[in-house]
Amino acid sequence: MQPVISLESIWKIYQSGDVEVTAVRDVSLTVMPGEFIAIMGASGSGKSTMMNTLGCLDRPTRGRYLLDGVDVSGLTRDALADLRNQKIGFIFQGFNLLSRTSALENVELPMMYGGHRLPAKEVRERAMVALELVGLAKRFDHTPNRLSGGQQQRVAIARALVNQPAMLLADEPTGNLDSRTSIEIMDAFQTLNDKGITIAMVTHEPDIARYTKRNVVMRDGVIVSDIQVKDRFNAKDEMRRLDEEHQAAKLVK
Amino acid sequence: MKLTATFRIALRALKRNKMRSILTMLGIIIGVGAVIAMVGVGNGAKAQVEAQIATLGKNMILVFSGSMTSSGAKGGYGAAGTMKVEDSVSILREVPGVTMVSPEIRTYAQVAAGNQNWYTSVLGESADYFEMRQWEFTGGSAFTEQDIRSANKVGVIGKTTAEQIFGEEDPVGQIIRVKNVPFKITGVLKSKGFSLGGSDQDDVFIVPYTTAMKRLTGATVLRGINVQSASDDATARVTDQISLLLRQRHNIRPGHDDDFTVRSQQDLADVFTAQSKTMTILLGAIASVSLIVGGIGIMNIMLVSVTERTREIGIRMAVGAHGWDIMLQFLIEAVTLSSLGGIIGIGLGFGTAKTISLFLGWPTMVPVFWVVGSFLFSAAIGVFFGLYPAKKAAALDPIDALRYE
Repeated sequence: MQPVISLESIWKIYQSGDVEVTAVRDVSLTVMPGEFIAIMGASGSGKSTMMNTLGCLDRPTRGRYLLDGVDVSGLTRDALADLRNQKIGFIFQGFNLLSRTSALENVELPMMYGGHRLPAKEVRERAMVALELVGLAKRFDHTPNRLSGGQQQRVAIARALVNQPAMLLADEPTGNLDSRTSIEIMDAFQTLNDKGITIAMVTHEPDIARYTKRNVVMRDGVIVSDIQVKDRFNAKDEMRRLDEEHQAAKLVK
Repeated sequence: MKLTATFRIALRALKRNKMRSILTMLGIIIGVGAVIAMVGVGNGAKAQVEAQIATLGKNMILVFSGSMTSSGAKGGYGAAGTMKVEDSVSILREVPGVTMVSPEIRTYAQVAAGNQNWYTSVLGESADYFEMRQWEFTGGSAFTEQDIRSANKVGVIGKTTAEQIFGEEDPVGQIIRVKNVPFKITGVLKSKGFSLGGSDQDDVFIVPYTTAMKRLTGATVLRGINVQSASDDATARVTDQISLLLRQRHNIRPGHDDDFTVRSQQDLADVFTAQSKTMTILLGAIASVSLIVGGIGIMNIMLVSVTERTREIGIRMAVGAHGWDIMLQFLIEAVTLSSLGGIIGIGLGFGTAKTISLFLGWPTMVPVFWVVGSFLFSAAIGVFFGLYPAKKAAALDPIDALRYE
């Protein structure tokens, strides 16, 4: 089986004035289809650079990156944009939805770009299907400011899914959410992963990383550990436990 | 990205900042409005002037006694009586291309009939005068060559004078007294309206020039001579030849000023055309300054808009927008802004032109060329001034744009 992500000796060196800063040094990583991986590390560990590289927003200084079998290293700006459009679904910490634009139109956005020219009706239908998948079909006409944080993030997930990408790429997806909503989002991720969707997620929270299948820890631009998660959290169980605890707390009162 | 979708996004962005959009458009609105108003009023005025010049007749050349350019004190036309009836006879005979002449005498006198009287301009002309000026009759006819030769006491009455003296009555065949000399009215003239100088051309009583000289003024010199050339093309040559002939006849040595002035109908038209050209240039300058300022305003607002929406640009790029898509989006927004301003400006210009015309009593005429032209020009301003901000937006780095606070 062909890996979704294949990093071969990736280097990223930034020129900051006269000083060269090496953000990522000689990193190799392979992610197979159906994996759910968390990239962890403190700030400055190089995980954001990894994220930008994996997301085809940035090109590595050295090394080879194959995304779904396509060598990204030599591609132009526009070719990278098309690749992001077709192969990657982005989910950001700050949701990054277009304000004053309905949930449906936000989900339609990736279909507006790229080579495909779908008829308006099909664009609408596909966006509705994606919203249905995250349980927000009823709120398709709501603008982001009328949705809660968790709902906004779910709209973002729907947007990420709409072009049927090779993988979802999430950058601190729970960073702006409370613990219960975070578990809800992890539930959505686990459900999608169970359906076979590859997910790569950057996070600095170990609790959140335990919902994934594989944890990659970075420090100073290198991978220091790469382990399969043994006692993996199940989001549905965690939510049930959280609710019971709430119930109990109320009884004590 | 589809063009219609891009256009919809642009419209929505403009609607979001209604006040700002309107203020930004103001420069274009004023600029285009000025152009349309200018063209509307200018063309109306031109048509008006042309119509008035046309009332002079066809291919008319006016020869006045006295000169505008004589050194020392300058009298008005006809101030010094230097033209004689013989001059007019000689012009008709010796200048090729002259079809008709009419020696002109003018005096102001009281005319009366019954118990009505009216102070009017009394003209002495030849029998050809009416044909030269293409002046038609509503009743009766012109006096004849025979009347000229015999200096008969007959005349043709203008519409205004006829109304003042006879009211609703038909003046043809009636007797009218001019300086107590009774004249028989042979015809009533059709109205010609006001002249370029603003005088009522119908406030007139026209008699044979021989009669005017003998019975009314006693003068032996003419105020001027009306000449008609055979064609438009011949007018310039005929004008020159009349000058040459008159200098010869009046024994004016080389280097000395003419004692007469020759003006063709075309000369008069040219004077007014030159005036309207000056107006056009002036208003055009105002319009272009306003359009440039308007364009800079659009550029300014588009730059602000690009900065405000940096994050949006980042999101669009992250999900696959090419630089070109982003550029097109902002370019269309700028063009929408400027062409919307252009459309409003066209409306405003029409309104202004109509209002001015209403007060001046001119027709308003805005050729389609100008409407389409100014619309396209305002759109072009949007492209020109929107290009830099749009390029700036397209050149943004998606990572930086996404992180922008």
